[in-house]
Amino acid sequence: MIPDKSRSSSVSFRIFKDRFFYVCVCLMASLTAIPLIWIIWEVLKKGYRQINLSFFTEVAPTTLEAIKAKNAGDLIPGGIANGITGTLIMVVIASLIAIPIGILGGVYLSEHRNNRFSSLIRSLTDLLQGTPSIVVGIIVYFWVVKPLSSYSAVAGSVALAIMMLPLIIRSTEETLKMLPGTLKEAGLALGASYTSVVLRVLIPSAFGGLFTGILLAVSRVTGETAPLMLTALGASAVNWDITRPTSSVSLLIWQFYNDPNLVDMIWSSSLFLLVLILILNIIAKSVANKWRIQ
Amino acid sequence: MKDKIFRLLLMLSAALVLFICGGMVYSLVSGSLEAFGHFGFFKFITTAEWNPRPDQEEYGALSFIIGTLMTSFLALLFCIPFSISVALFTGEYFRGSKLSVIVSSVIELLAGIPSIVYGLWGFYALRPLMEQLNLSTQGFGILTASIVLAIMIIPYASSLSSEFISMVPKDLKEGAYSLGATRMEVIRHVILPNSGSGVFASYILALGRALGETMAVTMLIGNTENIPRSLSSTGNSMASIIANQFGESDGLKLSSLIAIGLLLFMITAVINFIGKLVISKFNKV
Repeated sequence: MIPDKSRSSSVSFRIFKDRFFYVCVCLMASLTAIPLIWIIWEVLKKGYRQINLSFFTEVAPTTLEAIKAKNAGDLIPGGIANGITGTLIMVVIASLIAIPIGILGGVYLSEHRNNRFSSLIRSLTDLLQGTPSIVVGIIVYFWVVKPLSSYSAVAGSVALAIMMLPLIIRSTEETLKMLPGTLKEAGLALGASYTSVVLRVLIPSAFGGLFTGILLAVSRVTGETAPLMLTALGASAVNWDITRPTSSVSLLIWQFYNDPNLVDMIWSSSLFLLVLILILNIIAKSVANKWRIQ
Repeated sequence: MKDKIFRLLLMLSAALVLFICGGMVYSLVSGSLEAFGHFGFFKFITTAEWNPRPDQEEYGALSFIIGTLMTSFLALLFCIPFSISVALFTGEYFRGSKLSVIVSSVIELLAGIPSIVYGLWGFYALRPLMEQLNLSTQGFGILTASIVLAIMIIPYASSLSSEFISMVPKDLKEGAYSLGATRMEVIRHVILPNSGSGVFASYILALGRALGETMAVTMLIGNTENIPRSLSSTGNSMASIIANQFGESDGLKLSSLIAIGLLLFMITAVINFIGKLVISKFNKV
């Protein structure tokens, strides 16, 4: 009687433990959604009022303008046009640098899987990917800002490109590895040169995967702030000259954050940045899904 | 001929990574020589003094190294229960179901939020809360920074470990079930021991992320140049001292900041190397 009872209670205790653990896991996993909802709620609640047409067409206000508007009880005038154009310029130039080099490098790694040089490059790509963004900022300060003796959009673009490069190389390599080897052999058997097999067969067949990788890399660097502080610095006007200091949306957020009178602007700028990154991610995901089905 | 040029182009693109890494190490080392020469490498990393006054300049990295290590390890500690739950949720309990897709997209979105937005949220939402709870006087400090950092690294830790957890062979699990084990016992005695080193490696890589994080920490740690004595005290991290003071410095101070950058680079490189090593061992078994 007694041992039997103790056994059944131990079984029920084990089942209870199992249930309890299951509930804990579900609870903790769902708790991770709270910061996300909280952040989005905070940004939406405080940011939506500033979003209007002038937010996209006018440059950031000065402190004086902000104080005047505040005293009159108005919204802070102006927008983040200098940030939007700056982000656009720098991300585009960074992509122009990083995409071709990244894809070619990725092709090299997937074509030479087991030699010593490519495994060295592979580890260095991981090293570069793990390098803190602020360190990339320091480096580009020495490589570009100092020789040009001015902070510039070019310097910011180089910093972003260095951060994008490892992401694109690895995603290209992973995508190309998944292509069947027969594809390449068929091209070569038809008498196509190696160049045209890579450019006309391999890269087009892997296009979806490459595109997804590129978009994810772009969305990763779009919100970067730290390296731009040391390279692009920021500017108060819209600037199309890539050799001069340029602002970006993230730099503007930092600038607004440091100026108590412009604090109202940070939320709308963050909202803009979040929406931009979200759109990039959604496009990347839908391209990835479409590509997988085929 | 064309093919030869193309092959060369491919190799050069790959070799560019080598040049960037090499140039990076070279520039960091040559930039920090002045500081190391002036103070000595060992003294530089063991002094907590940070005194920019012109005649009696003295710089040491100790307080920032401690600030970085404290925030990162605390963040790792906070993130473990959550990310292991997320990993078990998506990799075991609800593997392949709609629910796990939802949870992993939430996690992906968390990974997409820029660090400066995390900083703003920490400053305007979390900091007042910390102040009300009397956890630190103005809400700034090691604890606030670590909590935000923990949220930022959950995605990195959980997505990788979920992959390793879902890779545990089915027959092992089924063997345990057939012996009458409950699901929790299977997780504890079969899944975790089998995916352990992979999960461990994903935490190491998440730690590497936390070490280099700049903006969110800069906005929340308090930016004071002292060794943090407790969780509620303020401090500064290696990345945030660079972000705060790089623009306005020159000479010995600039060199000291670069030296801190070099140290940060070395620490993250070692941490990432260990992580990759564990993963490659895991994949071989």
